[in-house]
Amino acid sequence: MIDYSKVVTQTVRDIKPSGIRRFFDISANIKDVISLGVGEPDFGTPWQIRKAGINSLEKGKTKYTSNKGNDKLVAEISNFMERKYGISYAPETDIFVTVGGSEAIDACIRAVVSPGDEVIIPQPSYVCYEPITSLAGGIPVIINTKAENDFKVTPEELRKAITDKTKLFILPYPCNPTGAIMEREDLQKLYEVLKDTNIVVLSDEIYSELTFNGKPHCSPASIDGMKERTVVVNGFSKAFSMTGWRLGFACGPKELIAPMLKIHQYAIMCAPTTSQYAAIEALRSCDEDVAIMVEEYNRRRRLIVNGFNKIGLTCREPKGAFYAFPSIKSTGMTSEEFCQRLLESKKVAVVPGNAFGDSGEGFIRASYCYSVEHIKEALKRIGEFLKEI
Amino acid sequence: MKYEVLKLLARNARYTHEEIAVMLDTTENEVAKIIDELENDGLLKGYKAIVDWEKTDGAYVSAIIEINVVPKAGLGFEEVAEKIMKYPQVESVYLMSGVYDLNVVVKGKTLKDIAWFVAKELSTIDSVTSTTTHFVLRRYKEMDVELVSDMDDDRGQLWV
Repeated sequence: MIDYSKVVTQTVRDIKPSGIRRFFDISANIKDVISLGVGEPDFGTPWQIRKAGINSLEKGKTKYTSNKGNDKLVAEISNFMERKYGISYAPETDIFVTVGGSEAIDACIRAVVSPGDEVIIPQPSYVCYEPITSLAGGIPVIINTKAENDFKVTPEELRKAITDKTKLFILPYPCNPTGAIMEREDLQKLYEVLKDTNIVVLSDEIYSELTFNGKPHCSPASIDGMKERTVVVNGFSKAFSMTGWRLGFACGPKELIAPMLKIHQYAIMCAPTTSQYAAIEALRSCDEDVAIMVEEYNRRRRLIVNGFNKIGLTCREPKGAFYAFPSIKSTGMTSEEFCQRLLESKKVAVVPGNAFGDSGEGFIRASYCYSVEHIKEALKRIGEFLKEI
Repeated sequence: MKYEVLKLLARNARYTHEEIAVMLDTTENEVAKIIDELENDGLLKGYKAIVDWEKTDGAYVSAIIEINVVPKAGLGFEEVAEKIMKYPQVESVYLMSGVYDLNVVVKGKTLKDIAWFVAKELSTIDSVTSTTTHFVLRRYKEMDVELVSDMDDDRGQLWV
């Protein structure tokens, strides 16, 4: 009989189950839960994007595209990066289309990390960087960002984390779950730390279009001197409400994009063709749709932040993405305990902050990808919960 | 800001002043002031519930009537439109571009109510030359609200 314990690699067995996943499983077993759990837009994909996908199917555009993606899409991505973030990438060499931002993150880490290399990962942050680093044989080095710094990475923290073995520095901003952003001045200071090193920056900018207060996202690649060492990962899921289409892209210097593309070529071949046709339309004609969604997120954001503070959970202003990250330290409970009890007594699902790293302990993540009415009801129940404990 | 307040109220007239203030990053007093002004200036005409009458016990039928009229010199369509809008059965009146002139939405308890109303009242108005009545068979969406919705939230199979 086969002994599976000897089959599955130690590296994979050592990967911890995702804390989000675990909590999701618990809440899935309880009926009539009102959730602030999901991390995807509640809006449908704008109609003209869906139509473009349908049209491509009607025309029989159902074959592979080239490895790097449809030429028109790659050209539109180049335009988008120039138009939105002022960075110029050559469509021929500096860009390729991936299966969601996730694939681009995976390809980047695998392309630059050898066994024993260190990867600096700020936390609380999205859960994929650590396991992918481990799969590549790399060693995750965590920076625990602090609430009092608005969950930004400071130059001191970065300097302390760097060793001779540091290969890659991940910049996950705008940040899931904290809603933190890095502004130009902040990035400028990080550049000063990085400039004489050989460290590559992986900038996960999947929430780049979702920033508020009229502050547009600043990409680290737009800082003078940073472009040569930065791989920008972005995608269509969050801004264009296209999560299920699984489409993202990577931009960077050709010396980094070419090796990533090599991995993509063998592991993936090409991103889904229908999604690529739809995405061309997204980049060409959907600025207005995105603006309307951002306006709506902004109203909900103010409502949920105000709501948490009013019921006694200190909540800093998230400046990007679509999550609020209030502190629950005043309750004396751990994040897990808080979420578990809230779920059992009030049937409200939120994600414990420690799912995003140890430094998320004492916080919860509440998504505001829900209608105003839904958010109001959830806040009401959390308020009742706080009075009863 | 006025336009922002109107957009929110058009979506849900029951938002409190406080909720509107929070969502638009302003003060409750400012919102109250704006709403007063909007009401006084006649931009905010009223606040009504969206009812799915089909789910009630009450009888409810409605129809869209296309009306052709001979416009009067100097008055255009105003005179006849204003006359039609005064009937309590009439829910809305629009002047249209295209093959007919006035689009009138009429409600009643039975088909017969509406048929008689069209025959006895609308079609007998002097300048009305013809009417075409279309009865509403089913309502799918009313004032932006889906009445028959199978759009369950199918998210949540994956949390990221």
